[in-house]
Amino acid sequence: MKVVIIDYGAGNIQSIRFALERLGATAVLSHDADEIRQASHIIFPGVGEASSAMKKLQDTGLDSVIPTLKQPLLGICLGMQLMCHASEEGNTKGLGIFDTEVVRFNTNLNVPHMGWNMVNGTGKLFSDIAQNSHFYLVHSYYAKCCNHTNATCTYDLPFSAALARDNFHGTQFHPEKSGDVGAQLLQNFLNL
Amino acid sequence: MLTKRIIPCLDIKDGRTVKGVNFVSLRDAGDPVELAQRYADEGADELVFLDISASEEKRKTLAKLVRNVAYAIDIPFTVGGGISSVEDVGILLENGADKVSINSAAVRRPELISELAQKFGTQCIVVAIDAKQIENVWVVHLVGGKVPTERKLFEWAAEAVERGAGELLFTSMDHDGTKQGFANKALKQLSETVSVPVIASGGAGNVQHFIDTFALGNADAALAASVFHFKEISIPELKSDLRNNKIPVR
Repeated sequence: MKVVIIDYGAGNIQSIRFALERLGATAVLSHDADEIRQASHIIFPGVGEASSAMKKLQDTGLDSVIPTLKQPLLGICLGMQLMCHASEEGNTKGLGIFDTEVVRFNTNLNVPHMGWNMVNGTGKLFSDIAQNSHFYLVHSYYAKCCNHTNATCTYDLPFSAALARDNFHGTQFHPEKSGDVGAQLLQNFLNL
Repeated sequence: MLTKRIIPCLDIKDGRTVKGVNFVSLRDAGDPVELAQRYADEGADELVFLDISASEEKRKTLAKLVRNVAYAIDIPFTVGGGISSVEDVGILLENGADKVSINSAAVRRPELISELAQKFGTQCIVVAIDAKQIENVWVVHLVGGKVPTERKLFEWAAEAVERGAGELLFTSMDHDGTKQGFANKALKQLSETVSVPVIASGGAGNVQHFIDTFALGNADAALAASVFHFKEISIPELKSDLRNNKIPVR
């Protein structure tokens, strides 16, 4: 197994690396297209603002590499959002892998949506994870529910907590920061 | 439903926790990593590390500690104490901190909040505010509450959020250390003033105080140090009592 974390200068990746190491997997950071293509599993992280993150992907050419990958790939938080068609944040065109768009919470509740919330998921990533398990989220934009949504969370309205299409997976929550259930989800991903 | 968060705070000096802790099972009560792990296992929702060391070696020691904590625990944690530049924050986030808390530096130069939010995103910028009431006005104080400023709590809170704070950590100096409960009236007003989460700090003495700060103060999270360190309140029991009082918790 060779896990590659896509390194495109977007935010904190140590936590994900450490979380994988706690599961006994070693992960390398890379922005090299060949190295990414040779990985068995790929993590596509991201924090921060969508348009500047997308620009970094374009500058490195990774925007055209990612949609062609065949291995299991997990986009986390902004990583997942960038895999959608478009994001309202910075009026950003996404990678178009998931058939949905990302919009800002329009609510009287606090924004960002920050903390532990219940997630209901199906599919291989959620095996051995109880319904209504709490995961850690922090985000101001969300992916609307669509036919690729395989987990939902509710904050004023239901949104995509996870998306899946073929080998592509994405979670809005941070499995690397979600205690035991998060570790289980990462293990499920490594088992793919 | 989004749950209310319980946040133990660890004071750090030269890479070690200060103030005693009362966990008999810990091999080394001064080791922040071991203590952090213990709290995470008990169900803490987040942790805050407040570095109070003033040594020249501070930066290096803190970065190493952050890395060790990030390696060991799988819940979010915030690092604060003397952070005053974009560079400081970059080092902490690179080493695995999820958020940073800034206090005095933000009051002295509010532009810092905007710079940090722009570079790292609002989600990782916590603005900590220490305030106490002077003639019925909540006045922002610096240096652990010793030095009064010209700023008033609610207008400063609004400005901090406007500039990009993703969360506020409000400590009432009037309540801190008293164990008489949190400053719920001010907290409620704060939650009505800003649209970001507010962490209540200062005054925790018993379980009812936590119930009150969520129910009456409308706090999103509650932070405490000594009641957890000295095992006056256990986190699993606190969570269970909160649940019984219809406060959503993990």
